Amino acid sequence: MNLNELYSDIIREHSISAHNKHHLGTPSIVVPGNNPTCGDEIELELERDNSIIKDASFTGIGCAVSRASVSIMIDLVRGKTLEEARELALIFLAMLRREELDEESMERLEEAAALQNVANMPARVKCATMPWHTLLKAIEQLEAANFHYYRRN
Amino acid sequence: MQKKYKSDFPLLANRMDNDKPLAYLDNAATTQKPAVVIEAVKRHMEYNNANPHRGAYTLSADATGIYEDTRIKAARFIHAASENEIVFTKNTTEALNMVALCYGMEKVKQGDEILISIAEHHSNLLPWQRVAVKTGASLRYLYTNSDSEIPAEEIRTKINKHTKVVAITHTSNVLGYRIPVGQIVQAAHAVGAVVVVDGAQGVPHMPVDVQALDVDFMAFAGHKMYGPEGIGILYGKAALLDEMEPLLLGGGIVEQVTESSACLLPAPHKFEAGTPNVAAAAGLNAAMEYMQQIGFDKIRETEDQLTDYLLDQLRRLDEVEIYGSRHYGIAPFNVRDVHPHDVASILDGGGVAIRAGHHCAQPLMKHLGINACCRASIAFYNTKEDIDRLYDSLKDVRRWLGL
Repeated sequence: MNLNELYSDIIREHSISAHNKHHLGTPSIVVPGNNPTCGDEIELELERDNSIIKDASFTGIGCAVSRASVSIMIDLVRGKTLEEARELALIFLAMLRREELDEESMERLEEAAALQNVANMPARVKCATMPWHTLLKAIEQLEAANFHYYRRN
Repeated sequence: MQKKYKSDFPLLANRMDNDKPLAYLDNAATTQKPAVVIEAVKRHMEYNNANPHRGAYTLSADATGIYEDTRIKAARFIHAASENEIVFTKNTTEALNMVALCYGMEKVKQGDEILISIAEHHSNLLPWQRVAVKTGASLRYLYTNSDSEIPAEEIRTKINKHTKVVAITHTSNVLGYRIPVGQIVQAAHAVGAVVVVDGAQGVPHMPVDVQALDVDFMAFAGHKMYGPEGIGILYGKAALLDEMEPLLLGGGIVEQVTESSACLLPAPHKFEAGTPNVAAAAGLNAAMEYMQQIGFDKIRETEDQLTDYLLDQLRRLDEVEIYGSRHYGIAPFNVRDVHPHDVASILDGGGVAIRAGHHCAQPLMKHLGINACCRASIAFYNTKEDIDRLYDSLKDVRRWLGL
């Protein structure tokens, strides 16, 4: 294994930076995510403004790869619509499954593309994907809430 | 001298993907296999393979011979009174579940107490949790103190007239601490409780005498003592095995079957329905022979020296925190501000294999106040160079993460 591929500058910086690690004042939803094999546990917080993810943050503990992954993800989806965030998560997860992606898709991932090499390290794939699975779960729950809201009216 | 052992293990000579030699320090998870074990499995498949206890032909008799000879060797290995007290299972987990389901579920009643330690592997915890939930018994714990040891006082107060089963590990798979089995057996038997010992981390590393210890059940596995995966052992006192019903029913365990009834063979055969893993038994047979040729005196001396050296080296690093105070072959630790998985990945980059995570002992992690940790565990084939390479890689961990 080439450690430079795993611990690149972007990953290192995001793993140390705590700029997305805090509670939100008024989160619309808080969703837990965990990796039972290694004990990583995070909570992802999203605040929505209609269909837009107005703000996002996380709390909890995890390895450098999962911390970097969640931090990069939050930077990426902040200000995006729920639908765009879902698309990005699906692209990211496809990348970690080593599926071939076109240039446009890779560009949409921005800094998250730096996690591509983790796909070559089976022991660490779950560290990188856990935050994105948690994001998908959060979006699903927000949309379910949406549905009930409209039905009630 | 130590180099000699390493050359017995073909895998240890391999280079990793990055062309680094391997320093294998995850022996508490599984041990590597010496050439004599690999050869024994191959020989069985090439010359002796047939279904044991069934065919009326030479090959089947050969397979039966290997299987039953392994049972006799295993009985001698742990000083059981008879080979009929040796039940083959697929691993330690299956053996422990067998005791919980076939003995615990039958004997434990509402209001009784099952006592385990906080240092149990999940395989000696979940089965007893289930027995407690289903029977209405309470599950109690022996807790370790600040030195990560179980004080005598704890044993004295927790074992009482309600205690029906005490299930404890011989050596903790996380702390490397040896539980005072003798004291526990004495206290348990005084109140009529049976003692189940998880010997997975004990039997491979020191002579264990089940009669001298007077334990009622003990479980261990071939793959942690240089044999193949797929074979484990449940030792049980003959009188206890006799009164237990098997977990699985099927072929190979009966004297006679009618449309409405079955008469089972006596123990241990009644517990071994279905075609067994004879190749693994052949491998375990060779593994026990190999260990006995080296001798436990030499194995212990080497492993004790390596353990001391391992701890000395870890202590030289300020950023490393070691858990527990007395260790036998196992050192749990963390690197300051670094998640164990990152430590393991960085060490892996240097060809050093250790375990990181909760080690199937989540309640113990919580008791220690940590989420997860790293674990280096040695076997007699390890060398000081392996530990030096661990030390060298550990020194670089924080730098890799920009700390």
